[in-house]
Amino acid sequence: MSTLAELRAGDTLNDIVLSPVSRLDLIKYAGASGDYNPIHTIDDEAKKAGLPGIIAHGMWTMGNLAKLFTPYHEEGFLQDYSIRFKGMVFLNDVITLRAELMEKNDKQLKFNVAALNQDGREVLVGTAVFAQY
Amino acid sequence: MFTEFIGKRSNKVRNTVERGAVKKFAEAIGDLHPIFVDEEYGKKSRYQNNIAPPTFPRVFDYGIIEGLKLPAKGLIHGEQNYHYERPLIVGEEIQCYSEVKSYFEKTGSTGNMAFLSIKQYGEDLDGHLIFSSEQVIIIMEAVRKGMKQ
Repeated sequence: MSTLAELRAGDTLNDIVLSPVSRLDLIKYAGASGDYNPIHTIDDEAKKAGLPGIIAHGMWTMGNLAKLFTPYHEEGFLQDYSIRFKGMVFLNDVITLRAELMEKNDKQLKFNVAALNQDGREVLVGTAVFAQY
Repeated sequence: MFTEFIGKRSNKVRNTVERGAVKKFAEAIGDLHPIFVDEEYGKKSRYQNNIAPPTFPRVFDYGIIEGLKLPAKGLIHGEQNYHYERPLIVGEEIQCYSEVKSYFEKTGSTGNMAFLSIKQYGEDLDGHLIFSSEQVIIIMEAVRKGMKQ
């Protein structure tokens, strides 16, 4: 693994492909986050809400996406992390996490970040500003 | 219907960045990196301790904004952002509170929608900001009508 400092604009971090989304993933996230909205864990409740089935917590995907930057904790930290939730994530979806360096300023690296489903559709997009020490 | 709440703040609530909660959270987002969970690794890091994942503030108690009641169902989480002055350190105590930032209604192709923005803050015990976050919640018209009944 190289350092973030070596990246140039247009470079990407290595994509991370998650295991297919399972019910247990979402039950665990509900417990760990305290978000027990039943549309994320109980089929009937999701259907009552007009959904075809349970959907992942947006924050589950956003939490996962941040791990692209975890290995670089000695170099800096995520100063700003902004996300727009664009699409729903369903059970068995295979999510790919992606980050591309857009700009390099003095002590700041600005990335475009996204999570895509197996059809290549963006379910979550945003930016991450990594502040370097 | 939330316009009157703009600018209103909650009480401050003391929270601890609990080691067990950080581990459980890191596991739930599939990121059991030693910087979050391994004490020895944390001690050798520049933080001399473990840190919490950036989206961990989801778990804190931000107090209650008096009178603000959101529907239990039918909300859509539209946007979320975090700003950090530094990472959160495992074991530290912080004070958290929340504030209604903005509210507006808009008519679009899918009907009338409302956008409620709530900002959350985490400070050290001396009152210095560690992080802030903002969530935009979309409330569909049908849900708002349900609330008025």
